[in-house]
Amino acid sequence: MPLLIDTNVYLSRWPTRRLRGDTPETLVELLKKSGVSQAWAGSFEGLLFRDLGGVNERLAADCRVAPDLLLPFGSINPTLPDWEDDLRRCHEVHRMRGIRLHPNYHGYKLDDPVFVRLLALAAKRGLIVQLALSMEDERTQSALVRAAHVDVKPLADIVRQVPGLKLVIANAFRAMRVEQTDQLVAAGNVSFDIAMLEGVGGVKRLIDQVGLKRVLFGSYAPFYYFESSALKLQESPLAGAQLEAVRHANAQTLLG
Amino acid sequence: MIWDLHCHLMGVPGKTADERMARLVEYADRLGIERLCIYLGPSLVHNPTPQRLRDDNDYILQALSHWHDRAFGFVYVSGEHVDVSLEEIERCVAKGPMVGIKLWVAKRVSFAEIDPIIVRAHELKAVIFQHTWFKTDKTQYPGESTPDDLVAVARRHPDVPLICGHTGGTWELGIRAVRAYPNISVDLAGSDPTAGITEMAVRELGAERVIYGSDAGGRSFASQLAKVQGADLSEADKKLILGGNLRRMMTPILQSKGIQLPA
Repeated sequence: MPLLIDTNVYLSRWPTRRLRGDTPETLVELLKKSGVSQAWAGSFEGLLFRDLGGVNERLAADCRVAPDLLLPFGSINPTLPDWEDDLRRCHEVHRMRGIRLHPNYHGYKLDDPVFVRLLALAAKRGLIVQLALSMEDERTQSALVRAAHVDVKPLADIVRQVPGLKLVIANAFRAMRVEQTDQLVAAGNVSFDIAMLEGVGGVKRLIDQVGLKRVLFGSYAPFYYFESSALKLQESPLAGAQLEAVRHANAQTLLG
Repeated sequence: MIWDLHCHLMGVPGKTADERMARLVEYADRLGIERLCIYLGPSLVHNPTPQRLRDDNDYILQALSHWHDRAFGFVYVSGEHVDVSLEEIERCVAKGPMVGIKLWVAKRVSFAEIDPIIVRAHELKAVIFQHTWFKTDKTQYPGESTPDDLVAVARRHPDVPLICGHTGGTWELGIRAVRAYPNISVDLAGSDPTAGITEMAVRELGAERVIYGSDAGGRSFASQLAKVQGADLSEADKKLILGGNLRRMMTPILQSKGIQLPA
């Protein structure tokens, strides 16, 4: 079976809904059935919980259910006291390959100096940084769990300040348009997943805009139906090498 | 058999209606979608003038002209211009090739003044489609209907089949709002492919009241088709949602127009 790396899945529970695949066992079953060979997993608990040390510990343990399939990506909230130690533990204790950030749920903007410091520390450790711009359509959010999209305007300048940064924009395209990616692509090693990409033929359009090496397969399962991203690869007319790059090669390059 | 209830030409590459229609069919072919319902023109004006309505409908008529074997058209009408809308129904449905009506966001559909449009469309056996959203972020357009507005129509016209566009967007609310009204079916199109929408709709409404649509070209066929392909449902239910229900709903007007469908 051809390789498929899903760079955007979540474990644990979404705060306002049960999802098919919101336990480690059921998510693993869903991913295996869908032909996923590796999945980068964040945690929904990382959105609202303050004890991120505990969240990341549980995430790492949950991923050990299928260690060949699930790679944990820990949550870091740089507004919390001593967040630097959460980062250290992700890297040194849990041996994570990356982290996943949710600034809109953690209450900081990208032009906050602490964000630059976080990126710099992650880059120094060689960690991939996934920046989730949205988690849910803003028009459907519960009144008690509202989070505006992350504003990416400052991001290109920030990326230029952090040498060695490997940045993945997850759930990008509710918060920004494909046509607005130019500055980010020019700023450094920035990739985009296709989970929230919309429009007919969207994957081909994104490749044409940002370049083949910057496009990653991400499903945002189990919040989204996995088949959404899978069928997007079928909808766009892609050559074999393009498919291979999006399905796994680009993600493997980021992992090094 | 996959029939798509909800397509537009906006967002599709191409300069003309003909070019965009051809590209839309190419994408549909890649996912095995046999038939497309198309409506609204390129303007996307929330409250179109009578001339804008006519122009938008002309655009769709042009797009349909080479694709009668693949596409159905719905006439764009507005509660703000009832008389003109009735003229457009005569021009595009009674005397033209279209088979449904599309109400968008010009005026909330709950107003009784809309009734002549509903009655005439029903006389012609036309499919009646109303865009609906429950927006929780207070961005509702002034004339944008919620599922509750469509329920008001369903109460006044209990024998008229109605389609609740987008399942109300915030689908956990939309499904509940229309649940007690068996003449309302829901359209799955045009919201994020959030897992659980289709399972809840089938559980609460029955598969016979759930219809696949995409909202392409702004949306991807893929993301919307996933709501059915990825749902934890029987194959029989998926068949109904992907085309069986829409075909059943459209059969009377297709027969009245002498349009033959493969068995």
